[in-house]
Amino acid sequence: MKRVVITGLGIYSCLGKNLEEVKTSLYNGTSGIIFDPVRKEMGFRSGLTAKLDIPDLKNVLSRNQRVYIPEQGLYAYVATAEALANARLTQNDLDTREIGLLYGNDSTADAVMNSIDTMREKKNTTLIGSGAIFKSMNSTVSMNLACIFKLKGINLTISGACASGSHAIGLGSLLIRWGLQDCIVCGGAQEVNPYSVGSFDGISAFSVRESDPAKASRPFDRDRDGLVPGGGAATVIIENYDSAVKRGAPILAEVLGYGFSSNGDHISVPNVDGPGRSLQMAIREAGIDIRKIGYINAHATSTPVGDRNEAKAIANVFGDYRPEVTSTKSMTGHEMWMAGASEVVYSMLMMKNDFIAPNINFENPDEDSARLNIPASRVNKRFNMFLSNSFGFGGTNSTLIIKNL
Amino acid sequence: MNRQELIEQVNTVLAETFEVAISKITPDAEIKETLDLDSLSLVDMVALIETTFGVAIKGQHISSIKTFDNLYDFISDRIKN
Repeated sequence: MKRVVITGLGIYSCLGKNLEEVKTSLYNGTSGIIFDPVRKEMGFRSGLTAKLDIPDLKNVLSRNQRVYIPEQGLYAYVATAEALANARLTQNDLDTREIGLLYGNDSTADAVMNSIDTMREKKNTTLIGSGAIFKSMNSTVSMNLACIFKLKGINLTISGACASGSHAIGLGSLLIRWGLQDCIVCGGAQEVNPYSVGSFDGISAFSVRESDPAKASRPFDRDRDGLVPGGGAATVIIENYDSAVKRGAPILAEVLGYGFSSNGDHISVPNVDGPGRSLQMAIREAGIDIRKIGYINAHATSTPVGDRNEAKAIANVFGDYRPEVTSTKSMTGHEMWMAGASEVVYSMLMMKNDFIAPNINFENPDEDSARLNIPASRVNKRFNMFLSNSFGFGGTNSTLIIKNL
Repeated sequence: MNRQELIEQVNTVLAETFEVAISKITPDAEIKETLDLDSLSLVDMVALIETTFGVAIKGQHISSIKTFDNLYDFISDRIKN
């Protein structure tokens, strides 16, 4: 079995447009959440959302490349370009090696909606334009990135709801462990336009604490009232340890364990057993004593039931050992298809810079979160291993354990 | 719209959409080469002409329109008719 290491990271989120900006936001506990009045005009129950600008890539990508790529693909391009540069992978490396791509994405609503609107209005499919088909498929992010960067290994989108990005890293690590790929560009992307989350708003899943947007996302807090939608993209480049050493790559960390499970239960209400089994599998696969884990990045999205059940699952597995547990969603909102990848990037930034970002807005615990060690302020601490949870609709669960190198 | 106005409007929308210098669009220039069109972006040109001028370029005509002059003639004829 091959060892799997992380050699590059990239991020484009409401906390910043690159690793450095995001690190600063995490360190300072800065929220990326705003109130968007346009959503209220559109009939949203909640006008809360993460705020990020759509990158202008007019002078970076050709006209044809931009025609095929949707909003979340632009975020993914920026994050991936940063990650490849940090991993010191040149275009010559991409051209001459079989580098793979596993990217999490589970919707492309804006592109689908625009093409259907044109079809309904014009009754002429030619007028939909050439880009719509490539923007409208769920695999849009991986198909665009693979063509832009000319990647030649595995080329797949992972759709596992809000655990997509985490499963992408986990499945990629298995392919490398088994010797089937040497290097894989993993990640997750999430569109932020209102159309992508209207149906989510419609099931009353979002916080309505509109009077104070920065305080709306409050994972584990007693008075949480729902999640806040976010998005962007995050890229994590994973590589076979030996080939990374051979090419002199920066070796940042090692993916030690990947756990997964399905709740086999309700479509939206998470349980305790499924996440618990995912946690236990990751720990078993990593072959570690849990006391080596210095930080847990929780999935906790700020929903009443989800946070409660995750707190129970973590407390059940970790018992009297209580490492710091935080949810970076307190600052970013729920980055959904991107979250599993972005939260690995956030946790990596913390591990490499000796701090744990605060679980902002954690003011009062409830009965279950009181069993965990949840800091509401930044903790300056060196740690060398973290665990990251990601769960999604349909009861899909993913857990990663990553060690500093 | 006289022919010169038509030419200017066609050139403007094509240059803007396909991001080429308008000076490169000359009557005898090949459309595909000048605008760097492949089979997909050719669809966008057809859609653009239909949206802008209300002139549909059906399959059998696409292959006969090679130069910008061919395109001006095609649009001009359809508008007159």
